[in-house]
Amino acid sequence: MNTTRGFTGRPRAARPGLPPGQYDAGDDWPVLSAEVTPEIAPADWTFRVGGLVAEPRTWDLAGARLLPASGYAGDIHCVTGWSKFGVRFGGVSLDAFLDAAGPLPSATHAVAHAHTGYTANLPLADLTGGRAWIVWEYDGQPLAPEHGGPARLVVPHLYFWKSVKWIAGLELLDHDEPGFWEQNGYHARGNPWEEQRYSGD
Amino acid sequence: MTETATHTTGAGAPAPPARFAVPGRIEVNGRVAGTWQTATLTGIRRETPRASTFRFAVPGWAGHLPGQHLMLRLTAEDGYRAQRHYSLASAPDDSGHIELTLDRVPDGEVSGWFHTVARPGDEIEVRGPLSGFFAWPGDRPALLLGAGSGVVPLMSMVRHHRARGLTVPLRLLVSARGPGELIYADEFGAETTPVFTRTAPAGAPVGRLASAHVAPLLAEPPAGGWEAYVCGSNAFAEHASRLLVAAGQPVDRIRIERFG
Repeated sequence: MNTTRGFTGRPRAARPGLPPGQYDAGDDWPVLSAEVTPEIAPADWTFRVGGLVAEPRTWDLAGARLLPASGYAGDIHCVTGWSKFGVRFGGVSLDAFLDAAGPLPSATHAVAHAHTGYTANLPLADLTGGRAWIVWEYDGQPLAPEHGGPARLVVPHLYFWKSVKWIAGLELLDHDEPGFWEQNGYHARGNPWEEQRYSGD
Repeated sequence: MTETATHTTGAGAPAPPARFAVPGRIEVNGRVAGTWQTATLTGIRRETPRASTFRFAVPGWAGHLPGQHLMLRLTAEDGYRAQRHYSLASAPDDSGHIELTLDRVPDGEVSGWFHTVARPGDEIEVRGPLSGFFAWPGDRPALLLGAGSGVVPLMSMVRHHRARGLTVPLRLLVSARGPGELIYADEFGAETTPVFTRTAPAGAPVGRLASAHVAPLLAEPPAGGWEAYVCGSNAFAEHASRLLVAAGQPVDRIRIERFG
């Protein structure tokens, strides 16, 4: 181990729930998108599930709100190093959308794409079973545009670049297809607990 | 209306306009990016009362492009590790050295070590260079907007431009609270317009970056248009990117790097 002379680190107690290499951002919620924040009126937001599904479906926000309410309360982890504890998102489980569209047996992966054109790839198994949400509320308030409002994807068990802001749709595929950051050197899956930050990890 | 599922993407309803579909321009070397290397501190240079530049010898450094960053980690005796991302400040060269410019963040765990403990000869670990999105190889006209230490990756571009004698147009608008906090002040040339938000030299205006700074540059863009690079706090990034859009810069030619 290469210790750094004179470095002790901040006084700390073991923090359960903090993946390796992460620090607690406290009350901060940094914004790390590489693009211009789009202005999308809630009335103009749509979400489409297509590709390898029995019936491609598109929802607007009013239609999405008719699905059973769900949400995520827990922690999120950004590849740049910060983790945020105890966030509360409100929306609908992604399972509700996927069940409506009916993934075909051949579907193994998805590309999540934003209204801006940003993309991220995910194994379908990371999006099902109550592990992913489409959310439009944060702490009971409408999600701010810079955090992905009107609505974003949340996949909290993976690094947060997978939780696509301004989510526009999921395209189900029978293969993995790298998204924006994955083409720019990031890891294909991005599991914080295994520190899958960059390709090569 | 029913749609038919097919075996590939793109069937049925049109996908939303891909205004951000900027392909990765830079091949990132996964093997190098995935390797921790020892970096030896060789020099410290004061830039402002709050910022210093740290120069490292990294014998195995694979080189980088202006705008790229690295991940750096410090390890305590008890095995605790802290790691952070920092933009590269130096232009690519073959000297086996790289430079980082670090703000002293109040209560900063890593920057605190650099500003109070670090001295030449100390060894740390780095991996990189990382991410090609914010990189500028020097191929297209570049309009750079930075604030505070957000100027660091942009300065790598300016230095690259200068070191290679590039003729492709390059302009830098850099915002600082006052002249004493303007990092790299002595190095700026005709390509740079400083914007002072709190205090300014006698005769210079005080105020934030405004359309009056941006609009003229977009009213007469160079052939092929600008590639815009914005770096700074999120508040600055939001403000600056909106000014660019309002002045007519296409959103898919604005690259943003924000820090909290």
